[in-house]
Amino acid sequence: MLTKRIIPCLDIKDGQTVKGVNFLSLKSVGDPVELGKAYSEQGADELVFLDISATLESRKTFSSLVERIALNINIPFTVGGGISTVEDAALLLRAGADKVSVNSAAVRNPSLISDIASRFGSQCVVVAVDAKKENGVWRVTTHGGSRFSDKELFSWAMQAEKLGAGEILFTSMDHDGTCGGYACNEYRRLSEMLDIPVIASGGAGNAEHIVEVLSPEGGCADAALAASIFHYGEVRIPELKRMLAAAGIPVRMS
Amino acid sequence: MTGIIDYDAGNIRSVENALKRLGADYVLTSDIGELASCDRLLLPGVGEAGWAMAKLRERGLADFIRHTDLPLLGICLGMQLLCSWSEEGNTGCLGIFSNKIRHFRTFLPAGERLKVPQVGWNSIDSLKSDLFSGVAEGSYVYFVHSYFADLNENTVASTEYGIRFSSALGKDNFMGCQFHPEKSGDVGEKIIANFLKI
Repeated sequence: MLTKRIIPCLDIKDGQTVKGVNFLSLKSVGDPVELGKAYSEQGADELVFLDISATLESRKTFSSLVERIALNINIPFTVGGGISTVEDAALLLRAGADKVSVNSAAVRNPSLISDIASRFGSQCVVVAVDAKKENGVWRVTTHGGSRFSDKELFSWAMQAEKLGAGEILFTSMDHDGTCGGYACNEYRRLSEMLDIPVIASGGAGNAEHIVEVLSPEGGCADAALAASIFHYGEVRIPELKRMLAAAGIPVRMS
Repeated sequence: MTGIIDYDAGNIRSVENALKRLGADYVLTSDIGELASCDRLLLPGVGEAGWAMAKLRERGLADFIRHTDLPLLGICLGMQLLCSWSEEGNTGCLGIFSNKIRHFRTFLPAGERLKVPQVGWNSIDSLKSDLFSGVAEGSYVYFVHSYFADLNENTVASTEYGIRFSSALGKDNFMGCQFHPEKSGDVGEKIIANFLKI
């Protein structure tokens, strides 16, 4: 049976992981390769590395980091952050990334999705959507939630699927950082309307939240992504997977 | 020496990286002489079946692969190319395995939903190949695919996704796996290490 995926997300700046990690006894907590390996050994199903640095120089640092990750880690990983052209995506895929995630640039220029998909296949295009509810409408935001676009969450997700997105990663900006749980109703609706996998992100404060967003009665999501709760040791992946299994949710046990 | 058959098949970087992690010598080439002098061959593949078959024929690799007696492992699309026919691009393939390749939605009962491609970790059962020596029944491996090989006497592992399909095939010196062993953690690494011993 296909299992639900647990995906830790690592923010990278100038080739180093940004958020502190205080639960793994690593020699270098700042090294994304070491941290990624540790998560992989704990049972993470995939990893996401987000480049949050913006300069051209650090972009180069990131692609050489991607090469190092690909050489050392034997599970799939997605990279994202600032990808605005097919060439940006090509550079990272050639460096060994399995998938790229596109966000603001795709909102601005939706054909970026079809351009990457037709050249490298839909399986490597993750469309990340940040949205915020305003007057009852889920409006898509860009630039880390700081700007509203003219798009609405559900119609944009459908359009992205038609353009060749392989997966949709929706982050609710209303839930992100609250630790109060995921936007389950929205994931459920996305999952019902789309024929591609839906990844939930934003709001996890404990393991129960992840169980809820992945369960058929809850968010019905195909995968759950989280950052802080893993980095700060609130939730450890082996225990989380045992909880998911106990709740009847199919997970990969190693 | 392991020869990776080069036919411009998408991202083969991860296959190379897996061999590097295992400390295996390899060469990536489309040169038939060079491939023939290897101890075993890998046929990777990410892409579209019709296009990939055209590339193999163009480089004279199709006939070479059909007639080689070296151990050969096809991965993902590489495995599908070893079969007889693919619905993707309605193309004849190499015909080593008599299996046919169909889209997941082809046999999906009306009204039933299935997300395609299958993306993620699924289990492999009924393991019957040296590839799986030391690999437990029901182990999880990583899949990304929209098309699948049906079950028949060549099936050496099977998996359920909407329908039960061949997740690995074997016949004489030929082997194939639908999943990506190079992305399947320690289980995948064990499978590649087993292939390197064949």
